[in-house]
Amino acid sequence: MRPNARTAFDRRRFLQTAAGAAGGACVLGLGLGLYARQARALPATALRPPGALTEADFLASCVRCGLCVRDCPFGTLKLATPGDTVASGTPYFEARKVPCEMCDNIPCVKACPTGALDHGLSDISKAQMGLAVLIDQEHCLNFLGLRCDVCYRVCPAIDKAITLETRHNPRSDRHAMLLPTVHSDACTGCGKCEKSCVLPEAAIKVLPRKLAQGAPAAHYRKGWEEREKAGHSLIGEQLKLPVRGRDDAAAPVSSADTAAGQSLPAGWSP
Amino acid sequence: MNKVIAPAVARPLGAEAIADKGWWLAHKWLLLRRGSQFGLLALFLLGPLAGVWIVKGNLASSLTLGALPLTDPLIFAQSLAAGHLPYRSALIGAAIVLAFYLAVGGRLYCSWVCPVNLVTDAAAALRRRLGLKGGRVPPEATRRWLLAVVLVVSALTGTIAWEWVNPVTMLHRALVFGGGLAWGVVAAVFVYDLLVAPRGWCGHLCPVGAFYALLGRTAIVRVSANKRRACDDCMDCFAVCPEPQVIRPALKGEGQTHPLILAPACTSCGRCIDICSKDVFAMTTRFNRSES
Repeated sequence: MRPNARTAFDRRRFLQTAAGAAGGACVLGLGLGLYARQARALPATALRPPGALTEADFLASCVRCGLCVRDCPFGTLKLATPGDTVASGTPYFEARKVPCEMCDNIPCVKACPTGALDHGLSDISKAQMGLAVLIDQEHCLNFLGLRCDVCYRVCPAIDKAITLETRHNPRSDRHAMLLPTVHSDACTGCGKCEKSCVLPEAAIKVLPRKLAQGAPAAHYRKGWEEREKAGHSLIGEQLKLPVRGRDDAAAPVSSADTAAGQSLPAGWSP
Repeated sequence: MNKVIAPAVARPLGAEAIADKGWWLAHKWLLLRRGSQFGLLALFLLGPLAGVWIVKGNLASSLTLGALPLTDPLIFAQSLAAGHLPYRSALIGAAIVLAFYLAVGGRLYCSWVCPVNLVTDAAAALRRRLGLKGGRVPPEATRRWLLAVVLVVSALTGTIAWEWVNPVTMLHRALVFGGGLAWGVVAAVFVYDLLVAPRGWCGHLCPVGAFYALLGRTAIVRVSANKRRACDDCMDCFAVCPEPQVIRPALKGEGQTHPLILAPACTSCGRCIDICSKDVFAMTTRFNRSES
């Protein structure tokens, strides 16, 4: 074999091997990318530790070291194992199993070396691990008119995150119903309510905030709030809307109703 | 064919070394290495098993004695690629690990620390015992391409990509925190090395090893074939070496004059030293180019 033929052969073999290596790596990378896109879905019952970044940022920053798990004094946090539906190796907890005890010094957040748990969270009552939702009004004992109140009683932010709202009980027609009502500004998603719900399956559940909450449209204004802020109604005096069938008269206001009713025009019929 | 290549009687690997040096000396570096691997594992396990918290965390990131942070630099790099700037604690930890392996030797991680080495060594040993030959091995460069691809996928998906599947941290986490199906992944690596590709995982695919090999160009700890004149071409070192391509330049003087194994792929495991009945190899530093 002539020398240059030899090098040409070597070059071809080298390129072939390199292309094989690059191609193989790219195929593996494609599989990895597809898997990463799919596997990042988080089941609704899996809650991240306090201070966790949004799920997308969390997966960019959590190195899955488990230091938060080690510093959790109540065994609330655990690392997902392969086969769990949570990204393997990432920390989470399930409220119905072991809820968050909301330590004042938040050791799990302090333990995080990367900032997947935001060290800016210094007040545990500002944590937003999820949001409690009284999801099953058909079976909640308070909605049946009983006084269970357990979720309300165990709430670490009692009367702020969960209040009991009095409503008329139409079934008995003479009793009140005290309805546990969650307020999103105070609920941390610790999960104590879900943990202690007396039903075999909890009627109140902590869900990821994204799942639990709607969002108001940016341009919506609440008239009663705006009026209070401005000291007067923003749209001026209430419009006088016509009453059906009375094209000639403006709508009467409040007590004028009865008076107006007495002076129906001759041609009026219902 | 008249030419006999293999010895007429098959002789087990390292039999001569054991006969000449004794069993202990013929397994010295292997035992030291296992001591390092299990010792590190024990440090991590002392906490969860005995409540003695010297080291917390796992190989991805750990905290020793409540003061020394250590973070895997490759995972750190992936986090950066994914668009997150980790806190100073992780930064310091990654810098310490990076500096250590740059100074001492990148792939020391593979043979002295990594738990998957136990798995692939076991597969290689069983392969030898069963007399399995050949296999379909991907090109050696695949691991370096995969390393680049892993960083690209991290950037594209905004996640620490290799950690979705990394058998290294998966096995370590399984041992320290509990495993689930991680054992399936470990078994897959074992079966791959045993039945599909000899030394396939650590030597051809693992991007973690490829990353630490990148840090191996300044390694102080190196193996030298300083008594290469005594070599009797028994080929035991080639048979036992996880990266056999690194031996020839030093032992046979191909492309270099000194007897040092400077290839970054060499993991400095020392098996060639153990297995050689002529004591050709020795663990030394990269500055020692002497030959005897």
